[in-house]
Amino acid sequence: MTDAYIFDAVRSPRGRGNQTGALASVTAVDISAQLIDALISRNQIPAGSIEDLIWGNVTQIGEQGGCLARAAVLLSGLDDCVPGLSINRFCASGLEAVNLAAGQVREGEKIAYIAGGVEMMSRVAMGSDGTAIAVDPRIAMKCAFVPQGISADLIATEYGFSRRECDRYALRSQQCSAKSWSEDRFKRSIVTVHDINGMEILGRDEHMRPKTNMAVLARLEPSFAKIGIEMPGFDKVALLKYPHLESISHVHHPGNSSGIVDGAAAILVGNRAFGTAHEIKPRARIRAMAKVGSEPTIMLTGPLAATRLALQRAGMEINDIDLFEVNEAFAAIPLLFMQEFGVDEAKVNVNGGAISLGHPLGATGAMLLSTAIDELERASLSHALITLCVGGGMGVATVIERV
Amino acid sequence: MSDFHYHRDSDGVALISWAVPEARLNTMTLESLHELADLFAAAFSDTKVKGVVLTSGKADFSGGMYLDALQKIRNSESSASGDRIFATVMGFHRIFRRIEMGGANHAEGTAGKPVIAALPGTGVGIGYEIPLACHRIMTADNPKAVIGLPEIKVGLFPGAGGTTRLVRRLGISGAAPFLLKGTLLAPQKALASGLIDEVTAADELVEKARQWVLGASSGDVVKPWDQKGYRIPGGSPYDPKGYMTFMGLCAMVSGNTLGLYPAANAMMSAIYEGAQVPFDAALEIEARWFSKLLMEPASVNMVQTLFLDKRNLEKGAGRPAVVKKAKIKKIGIVGAGMMGSGIAMVSARAGLDVALIDQNIKAAGQGKGKAAALLEARVKRQRMSKTEAQQILDRITPSDSFDVLKEADFVIEAVFEDLAVKADVLSRIEATSDCILASNTSTLPISGLAKSCRSPDRFLGVHFFSPVDRMQLVEVIRGRKTADVAVALALDYVGRIRKTPIVVNDARFFYANRCIIPYLNEGIRMVGEGVQPALVENAARQCGMPIGPLQLVDETSIELAVSIAKATKAALGSKYHHEDADRVIFKLASFGRLGRKSNAGFYEYSDTGQRQGFWPELRDHFPIATPQPAVELLRNRLLLIQAIEAVHALDEGVLIDVREGNVGAVLGWGFAPWSGGPFSWLDGLLENQLALPLCESLSRQYGERFKAPAGLINKAKRKDRFTSH
Repeated sequence: MTDAYIFDAVRSPRGRGNQTGALASVTAVDISAQLIDALISRNQIPAGSIEDLIWGNVTQIGEQGGCLARAAVLLSGLDDCVPGLSINRFCASGLEAVNLAAGQVREGEKIAYIAGGVEMMSRVAMGSDGTAIAVDPRIAMKCAFVPQGISADLIATEYGFSRRECDRYALRSQQCSAKSWSEDRFKRSIVTVHDINGMEILGRDEHMRPKTNMAVLARLEPSFAKIGIEMPGFDKVALLKYPHLESISHVHHPGNSSGIVDGAAAILVGNRAFGTAHEIKPRARIRAMAKVGSEPTIMLTGPLAATRLALQRAGMEINDIDLFEVNEAFAAIPLLFMQEFGVDEAKVNVNGGAISLGHPLGATGAMLLSTAIDELERASLSHALITLCVGGGMGVATVIERV
Repeated sequence: MSDFHYHRDSDGVALISWAVPEARLNTMTLESLHELADLFAAAFSDTKVKGVVLTSGKADFSGGMYLDALQKIRNSESSASGDRIFATVMGFHRIFRRIEMGGANHAEGTAGKPVIAALPGTGVGIGYEIPLACHRIMTADNPKAVIGLPEIKVGLFPGAGGTTRLVRRLGISGAAPFLLKGTLLAPQKALASGLIDEVTAADELVEKARQWVLGASSGDVVKPWDQKGYRIPGGSPYDPKGYMTFMGLCAMVSGNTLGLYPAANAMMSAIYEGAQVPFDAALEIEARWFSKLLMEPASVNMVQTLFLDKRNLEKGAGRPAVVKKAKIKKIGIVGAGMMGSGIAMVSARAGLDVALIDQNIKAAGQGKGKAAALLEARVKRQRMSKTEAQQILDRITPSDSFDVLKEADFVIEAVFEDLAVKADVLSRIEATSDCILASNTSTLPISGLAKSCRSPDRFLGVHFFSPVDRMQLVEVIRGRKTADVAVALALDYVGRIRKTPIVVNDARFFYANRCIIPYLNEGIRMVGEGVQPALVENAARQCGMPIGPLQLVDETSIELAVSIAKATKAALGSKYHHEDADRVIFKLASFGRLGRKSNAGFYEYSDTGQRQGFWPELRDHFPIATPQPAVELLRNRLLLIQAIEAVHALDEGVLIDVREGNVGAVLGWGFAPWSGGPFSWLDGLLENQLALPLCESLSRQYGERFKAPAGLINKAKRKDRFTSH
């Protein structure tokens, strides 16, 4: 078995996920092809040298439906001999695509994959594909299904994170990403999105609110109190599984939850033989990967078990990791991660995260990977762990080592 | 003998009139359904028939399915096989579907004939599912009639196409309250909600229905769901709007039923899966879920207790057959407090004249005022007309004189719970009236009170629950010397006011209160053990109790709990074993936290009396233990302690009949309705050889009070069960 390496990583800027967003006029397949083409041209690899395109995407309906990966192959500069596979592990799809590619790379000789993902949330509404988890009574009622926001508030209640702590964390996310942009830390990964005439559409993340402060955040209404307490009353459903709680404290709101945005990211994953053959140098080695299923009502605690399993497979301890990317789906998730592992905030999401930058569902996992590699290189660090919580009660984690 | 009459008139309208011989209400049996199918087949094949009017020869259309027959089918099937049930249900669907097609035969090119259901009165259950399969539903403007599908209330769901048809008629959110809550509506409201198509004057019902048949167009005989391009109103579960509706519905049903009621889950699946396929496939799905439900013990037990046993008790199953049913015209009530005025109201509502007596005319008048307030609330909620409320109120005569009791057929005293006060009142009543006399006491033994009576044989207890107008159960307590005639009369009275009686023998706290006290104590003990109070309350709710023990003791007052504890300890001496619970409530009482009445108890209350969270200092006085027990363990403790007490009541001869034990538990103190009552719940354990092991393990861990009573040990040893169904 050979090692899987990351040769390069690119991402688009994240556009606001509504009609006013800069990327709202760009199709999912177009932005996917632009990222793939950027990766090919930056690394000067032949268009037919890629084994497969594994493309993460959550809302696989309409223009994102029907194997978007194959559509992206056909539109991009990749040769038609590259097949294309769309996958859906909800919010971790982008990272899972890389992990799947890495797993297959390890088994093969002189091969490489392009993996990553896309989500154009301004164009294909989140949830519009439907899921049996939420509405089939045999599952929803058996598993005490509640929407993610209720799960996030449940985590805050169960593990004791106050509204103020969540807001403080959100403010820090804004400050970190503003600093990163001012210091041009995302430079190596960002691929400017162009229109068909080569005109620039977006070169910078546009969801950020760098001027926000605690007072502004404190004024925001909790997003999930009404559906939790009143109609249809998801809190009562959650208490079926967590009967020791008297009630759920609704701490999350748009300011301390991940933003709805458009975006895509692509990673070139291959083995050393591939790099040698095409004269490209690896940037990071994939040390370990893990995915887990977890209790579906609280839903978003999967990163804990996924991290433990990935570390165990890497033969490492939590303290061996220099840098963490823990997806900021909701403020309570990184807070939970830091509390459970006793990890210092100085190592976690140091360039901001989905709260300030946004969370293009199918792309985020690959974006976090690109951010981690850039930061390992910038700060001359060695190991990073990337993990995301996942709808339905799952978690994915990857440990990488700078080379 | 035939359940239906068939007549074809000169205009070619076939009239099928449902009139089950010697029954007040039409109910459907398998036999009568086939008879109906044959009549429809005859009408459809008769070329002289233009269409069909389906009506009733009685005041109402139908009260639904004859559930005794259903229960028989269920009990005769082995639990492994639902095949025969499925075949039977599919047979129903074929019959209904032929009616719905109006006998159209596309292969032979024959068109469908119009079919209208003309309901003179109530049509519920299958009595509304048949009309749903007709082309039009017309109802007489009969304010006493109700329309709807109450199946869910007895652990079933509408399984003769009612679920599938109502969802298609009203959409998922439109149909939800009728299917999931069993809401029944009077004709005018049913029309406004879309349950029916037309309301007409009662005397014109059949003629108007006939006219509709004669004027019906070919479009009228094709149901919307049999037309091209039909879509469910509001969308199916994967339409954007329908998706949100269904997600919310799943949550609402889960939050309300807590996973305890398989009927709700089965119906939700029938709706969800059925809404995604064409109509006939949806009926098949409905039949599969209905067949599965019929094999569920929770559904079997609910039908047995909440429908069959309850009905039989109401019909006098526990009545001694010593005298003919009494014709009660007037009753006397002494004591015009909350209970007395409530009893006066429900009695007057049933058409009885009521003499409401108190020490002075002012107090008696205030009692009537309370009855008036109850009636006003009903008028406000549009449950009753103003005129009707006034007529009821007019039947209540306040008085300060016992003389008016001379004409009474039955007298109930409801004065202050004090032996001396009651003794005095009883002897004064006996001085003026020789009718049968009852005490509405909840705490004083009847045989003790009987000592103050000149004729203890004509004296007994009738224990109403509070609030009287809402609580369905009445405990009839037979004192040591009470004669059968007294019990018979009390039961006739309870039947007259349309409540459900159980007859129990006299003992401390009778039956219901005796079983609820251990439930309260068990919950209170848990707080003392360091169980998180929220876990205690949620564990209770998760086993189906309507109110957690801590909330309930706050409501009924901690002060009362303290005084009951002291009195019980004094009476039982060394047999008393509730010290662990007493420690907790005595402490709360010492802080002046006496429950809701003092705006402070286990919970905190706002200035306006709204219950807030738990008292934060509870944790300081009763530190939270780690680890916390599993919720299943707490659930078992809370249910078993009640069930054990119920068995003790049976062993001691307080309870005479386990049916009364089950019905009394569910109606009296809200014992887990899904279980069908404590004896059905124990039967479930016995069947799996779990009853004795559970008692053993809990008594080892938590004390003697969980030791299996003799009656339970006997059943377990003989591999027997308490209930006979």
